[in-house]
Amino acid sequence: MLYFLHILTLVCIYTILAVSLDLLAGHTGILSVAQAAFYGVGAYTSALLAVRVGCTFLESALAGVFAASVVSFMVSLPSLRLHDDYFVIATFAFQIIIFSFFNNSMPLTNGPLGIPGIPQPAIGGWTVRTHMQFFIFAAVIAALAYAVVSRLATSPFGRVLHAIREDEVFIRSLGKDTLRFKVVAFAVSAALAAFAGSLYAHYITYIDPTSFTVTESILVISMVIIGGPASRWGPVIGATILVITPEVLRFVGLPNSVAASLRQVIYGALLVIMMTFRPRGLVGRYGFMRR
Amino acid sequence: MDTFRCENMRKTFDGTRALANFSLEFPASGITAIVGPNGAGKTTLFNVLTGFVRLDQGRHFLGHRETTRLPPHEIARLGVARTFQDLRLILRVPVLDNVLMACPNQHGERLLTALLRFSVAGEEARNRTVAMRLLRFVGLDCRAFELTGELSYGQQKLLTLACCLATGAPILLFDEPVTGVHPEMAARILSLLQELRAAGKLILFIEHDISAVRQVADFVVVMDQGNIIAQGLPGEILERSEIVEAYLA
Repeated sequence: MLYFLHILTLVCIYTILAVSLDLLAGHTGILSVAQAAFYGVGAYTSALLAVRVGCTFLESALAGVFAASVVSFMVSLPSLRLHDDYFVIATFAFQIIIFSFFNNSMPLTNGPLGIPGIPQPAIGGWTVRTHMQFFIFAAVIAALAYAVVSRLATSPFGRVLHAIREDEVFIRSLGKDTLRFKVVAFAVSAALAAFAGSLYAHYITYIDPTSFTVTESILVISMVIIGGPASRWGPVIGATILVITPEVLRFVGLPNSVAASLRQVIYGALLVIMMTFRPRGLVGRYGFMRR
Repeated sequence: MDTFRCENMRKTFDGTRALANFSLEFPASGITAIVGPNGAGKTTLFNVLTGFVRLDQGRHFLGHRETTRLPPHEIARLGVARTFQDLRLILRVPVLDNVLMACPNQHGERLLTALLRFSVAGEEARNRTVAMRLLRFVGLDCRAFELTGELSYGQQKLLTLACCLATGAPILLFDEPVTGVHPEMAARILSLLQELRAAGKLILFIEHDISAVRQVADFVVVMDQGNIIAQGLPGEILERSEIVEAYLA
């Protein structure tokens, strides 16, 4: 039972990551491979403030969200002027830099040793302790993240994001400052990913840089693609499938070394199959990139 | 009304001259047609005036305001709307949405307003009314809720016109508004242009169809190799056989 609750909590955390990336990749048509970097910025900011300063969960999580938004501006203002592939490369570079930062700045992040002893979240007088409580807590936050993205997507703001994905020249000719929209979407996406990071840090109570590698970014991208970009439930379904699949593999009874490699093979195969036969994802309406 | 003024504009693409020392003050009212052979620099002129292409040299103004280095959205906000030869529209959304997103100054396009939905419903309802009125004006109101990609080519041209009007811009630039459309549709588009002129809009349009130019233009500019070959009233310009044969045949 505890094991199931643990899996479900992870599904919630990855759902936040997947919907946050979907705002950018699905709705706006901008692919970023730095989602794990913002996830990490949220996790580290939040963990450090909680452990070293003694901030409450809410304070440290909001600080993480704030830090990720500020960092996102620093990345997006220069790099969102770049086009498609070049932007992907810019975010890739940023992802590598952030990972190296977590891994190497010993005095601040404790490097590869990570940060242990992160307190469990307490809000008001209520401490989230049991697995069940944590699952409910994560589910509520995932639902909020989902609501933020779907509310934005169905607003006039979202209409412009969709237009940017389809034909940026057209929407610029109508007087929309597309750079502003892209920068804002990138910041919201980073902020949501950072909140997922805080949640993760306070749930596992220990973080190290290996949770925030480019592989993690690619996992989140896979969730969005497999579920269906810019669709109602796509990212949620994608997150659920990709969190649960490796767990199912555990029960097949393969040796650990084989299972780990097999997991990567399955992700890769799933991606290739989806891109070939159903580029719009399981429940999506649109293909991944523009037109 | 404010109009475009061009000073010694030069633009070269990979060695090909698209604009060569182009200078002109466009008429401040009515319909101006820009004609000339393929590669004369007509579309480049539009792209420069609307900020999509940066000049190598020279300047352009809208009224007294210099627009040379402004990005497209800022020029659009000064009251300039345009269409494209390759009909840019969002094809995977309903017809109405294309017009809605053209409406200017929407509060619902701000992040917080979009999230909290404060007064967005009222604004959307008002914009919908405006958009439906414009769709009725161009004759597409009965197809407002269909996917844009399902419209015919001529209907899509009408839709781009409605989008331009939704921005509220007093200056309209149309790139080949009747090229490639059914004659009946062309006649309808031309009569819309005349109605817009009567409503006080300033219109510049590029067109290969000389009969269309003759029918609606108040002023004609003939371009070749990035420069002006002739300009004047259509009655004078289009009667000069050397121009018609050399550039417009």
